[in-house]
Amino acid sequence: MAGWDWAAFQKYLLNPYLLEGAWTTVWLSVAVMAIGLALGLTAALLRLSRHRVLRDVARFYIWLMRGTPLLVQLIIIYTGLPQLGIRLTVIQSALIGLGLNEGAYLAEIIRAGILSVPRGQFDAARAVGMPYRTMLRVVILPQAARVIIPPLGNNFNGLLKTTSLASVISLEELLRRSQMLIQLEFKVLEIFIVAACYYLALTTLWGLVQRRLEAHFGRPYGPVAGRPSRAIEGALLEQDAR
Amino acid sequence: MVMDDLAVQAVGVHKLYGDFHVLRGIDLEVRRGQVVVVVGPSGSGKSTLLRCLNHLETIQRGRIRVCGELVGYRETARGLVELRDAEVARHRRRIGMVFQQFNLFPHLTAEGNISAGPVHVLGEPRERAADEARRLLALVGLPEKAQAYPAQLSGGQQQRVAIARALAMRPEVMLFDEPTSALDPEMISEVLDVMTALSRQGMTMLVVTHEMGFARAVAHRVVFVDEGRVVEDTPPAEFFSRPRTDRGRAFLDKILH
Repeated sequence: MAGWDWAAFQKYLLNPYLLEGAWTTVWLSVAVMAIGLALGLTAALLRLSRHRVLRDVARFYIWLMRGTPLLVQLIIIYTGLPQLGIRLTVIQSALIGLGLNEGAYLAEIIRAGILSVPRGQFDAARAVGMPYRTMLRVVILPQAARVIIPPLGNNFNGLLKTTSLASVISLEELLRRSQMLIQLEFKVLEIFIVAACYYLALTTLWGLVQRRLEAHFGRPYGPVAGRPSRAIEGALLEQDAR
Repeated sequence: MVMDDLAVQAVGVHKLYGDFHVLRGIDLEVRRGQVVVVVGPSGSGKSTLLRCLNHLETIQRGRIRVCGELVGYRETARGLVELRDAEVARHRRRIGMVFQQFNLFPHLTAEGNISAGPVHVLGEPRERAADEARRLLALVGLPEKAQAYPAQLSGGQQQRVAIARALAMRPEVMLFDEPTSALDPEMISEVLDVMTALSRQGMTMLVVTHEMGFARAVAHRVVFVDEGRVVEDTPPAEFFSRPRTDRGRAFLDKILH
């Protein structure tokens, strides 16, 4: 039994090969999120459409993507489609598979956000002469964002880790690179723990970003209800002391 | 010439919500510069009528014209055809609306609320729209609130910003849907004062309200609506002293005592 090797752990902590893998995880997550947001917004708007056919199209997409495992989707896209003559690179497959999947989940989040905006806001936007798209962009989505961002952040946190599934189609993100490094150097536990630390660092970092986003979109609504400001609290305490 | 004089013309307007027949043949004409107060029991269709005038609601029969132009529809051989969203939006520009619940955009400042239409609908430069917004804020007595968010304003202040927001589109007609009904009593007059000033400047106004003092002092006509029909249409002095119909009399008895 070899036992835990601190020196190896510290060495791998700054390993450029692993760091590059972590970087791949980051840009892949960001790209998938962008694709997912575009698809999700489209699907959410279709779900809210007046036309039944459009609603059904969106419903079918969401049903399909959420009803099958992402792992199966990725394998079908990368390994199965060539049988039909559709050959995609690893990165294309990962972007398409992860993006389609993410879009389905985001669609429901975005739809909930739009539904949370009071009807009066739609009336007011229309009354000043805004066409549908302008109304969405200027009035509805900025308000929906406040409701959307907490669950959206939750999804992005999940996505940072879910990208590791792309390792099965040999995309060299963090997990894949860890496995490859282990095959060379046999430090199984140390290297996987380093990978876990990277994931933890990324999700922590994202948590900070998310908090700033929430603060930004919550600002117009004033301080959180129920919590008195420091100044008022201090003044009250002072009164009590006297 | 006579047509040009009409700011609003509703002819035989019917509106149904499912099986519920809200408007049962409304006829109403408002000349430019006139202030018409619409009164009637709750559920009589007053608010629905206003919402039909700027096509926030579809109508099932009849014609609505604002400044001579059909609102939300196109006339064809087979009757009315609803216009596309962008064209309806263009029609709505000339019709300002003020809501009972203000409906200010909570994520925008007072100035942002007022300039949203000019910037995003009319394509005016931000700088000019912001100047105009501040001028309108001064007009409604809130020159110092340009950077305040709706959550930081009282109900009366929010409603005055909402009036400024509607005015920023330079409308030909202003619709007020119970503009003071959601306000605390002490804030009602500040909103009515702004509306009174607006009427003095010759704005064409249709006002659904329970403020009979305002109707008496400012309105050129009082239109009494009951069960989806215009039952009376008279000068306020006449309506309040000698209602012509039993229903009008019964309504006045209820609200004045």
